[in-house]
Amino acid sequence: MESPLNRYRSFTVLVLVIFAQFVLLAVQVKNDQNVSVIRSWTVNAVSPVARVLEWGRHSSVGFIRNYVLLRDAGAENRRLQSELDRLTVENVFLRNELNLADRAKALESFAARIPSRTVAATVFASAAGSDSNAVLVDRGSASGIERGMGVITPYGIVGKVLKVYTMSSMVGLINDQDFAAGVVTQNGQVRGVLKGQGKPMCKVDYVPFEDKVAAGDLLFTSGDDHIFPRGFAAGVVKSVRNGQPFKEIMAEPIGLRQGIPQDVLIIVEGVHQDIPDAPQSNQAVYINPSPPAAPQPEESAAPAAPGTEADRARAQAKAISDAQGHPFGSGDGKIPDFNARSGPPAPAPATPPGGPAATPQPPAGTPPPAASSGTRRANQAAGASSGGKQDR
Amino acid sequence: MSYSSGRILLSSQREGQVSRFRPWVMVVVPLAAILFQVYVPLFFQFLKFIEMPLLVVVYFALMRRNQIGGLLVGAMIGLAQDSLSKNPLGMYGIVDTWVGYVAASVGARLDVDHAVIRFLLAIFFYLVHQVSYWILEHMLLGHQSAFKIDEWLMFGVLNAVVAVALFHFLDKLREPA
Repeated sequence: MESPLNRYRSFTVLVLVIFAQFVLLAVQVKNDQNVSVIRSWTVNAVSPVARVLEWGRHSSVGFIRNYVLLRDAGAENRRLQSELDRLTVENVFLRNELNLADRAKALESFAARIPSRTVAATVFASAAGSDSNAVLVDRGSASGIERGMGVITPYGIVGKVLKVYTMSSMVGLINDQDFAAGVVTQNGQVRGVLKGQGKPMCKVDYVPFEDKVAAGDLLFTSGDDHIFPRGFAAGVVKSVRNGQPFKEIMAEPIGLRQGIPQDVLIIVEGVHQDIPDAPQSNQAVYINPSPPAAPQPEESAAPAAPGTEADRARAQAKAISDAQGHPFGSGDGKIPDFNARSGPPAPAPATPPGGPAATPQPPAGTPPPAASSGTRRANQAAGASSGGKQDR
Repeated sequence: MSYSSGRILLSSQREGQVSRFRPWVMVVVPLAAILFQVYVPLFFQFLKFIEMPLLVVVYFALMRRNQIGGLLVGAMIGLAQDSLSKNPLGMYGIVDTWVGYVAASVGARLDVDHAVIRFLLAIFFYLVHQVSYWILEHMLLGHQSAFKIDEWLMFGVLNAVVAVALFHFLDKLREPA
């Protein structure tokens, strides 16, 4: 029997010759992002498969963990049950934070606080090659990504976009050998270039030997490299050795402290920001956005509680005076009874004062932990409110 | 084998005469065509419209009536054109390969010694060439060139006039049967 290839020999040769020339073309032609078409085709062909594989792996691992490996499930269930009561109260306070621990919300919150416009992306694969310090993210030119854009997380800078495909991009990580970014110390006095070395630690180059840098100093992006805007955390100085003409400084990249992040932000429109005065350890990542103010009639609207202790005392005195018909500061000669409660009576405590309370009561005037935390967040959110936008 | 002047379609492939050419003709003629396209418009700008390499591809493909031979001639001439153009290798190669294949397929079914047929085929293949190149430009290079069908039609007719004369000249280089 004649084989189809032999029967359609002419057409087969035509297809082969044209295909060969297509490959030849694809090797040479580069797209708008300066990536050869054949590379773009390959990545676009492989990316969906890689995503499916990753989804399959994730699902399989989850299935095995959740349904197959149930050896200790009974004991763990009893232990969890015993801890449930103790955690219930704590859960109330932590629920908001746990909700905000969701990565996307954290990113959204972070993106809203920074003035730069960003696009959220998910890392779905690492680049081929055992020594490659690059990852693939699920945002490409279709999302407005371009080569050279900076990639950050709430912890710090992560890398920059090396190649852009239609639906994905390759991000070179901060410890990649080709990575470099201008950095400056927190006090803004020492400038250098943070370079990846293909190792966990990065090198800070071009710092003159007379400059003062010490281990533990924080490094921020200087904004000189046209990749990252000024003010993003870059690394922590781990060791400093004097050298000629430059110091030999090793720094740990903050953005990769938690390993390769699963969700990142790509800066599509960078705006410089101030370098924070406080160390980044208290960087408020999980900040609840300010809730919308409830509509209140103007007459009964109480003034916002000011920040200082004296202001709070004044506000309290004014509320009591107004409640007793002696307008605060009117000078009518009548003294309000400041021992009277200005609001509705508080419910009776479950444990009588002086009783065997298991937990010490906070002193009067000290807000409960949640309120304190909430106030701090509200202040931070209010202070950090900016025109930052995030595209998703 | 003789051809009646009134017949256009061949009743069978055997009826078509397969022309043979000396090896030097297969080398020199395409080379001359490419040199013509490269050098002549330098001095005579108005001759820029003549797609001499394309006409040579069409001629060899039509006359040899061999699809593989036709597409290979097209590929070779097209790649040579690409080498001398600013576009990536393969643009003309793909188009001329395609034209060579189709021309050889058509040559097996039509009386390609007929002048009118040659004229019409030259227009047809010129349009195929231009449209294919335009599609490739758009899809692979992202160029946003205009689809100038009226200009291509006019140049197709002019190329066809040149083709009739060129084919007549090239007929003399065929090996005698």
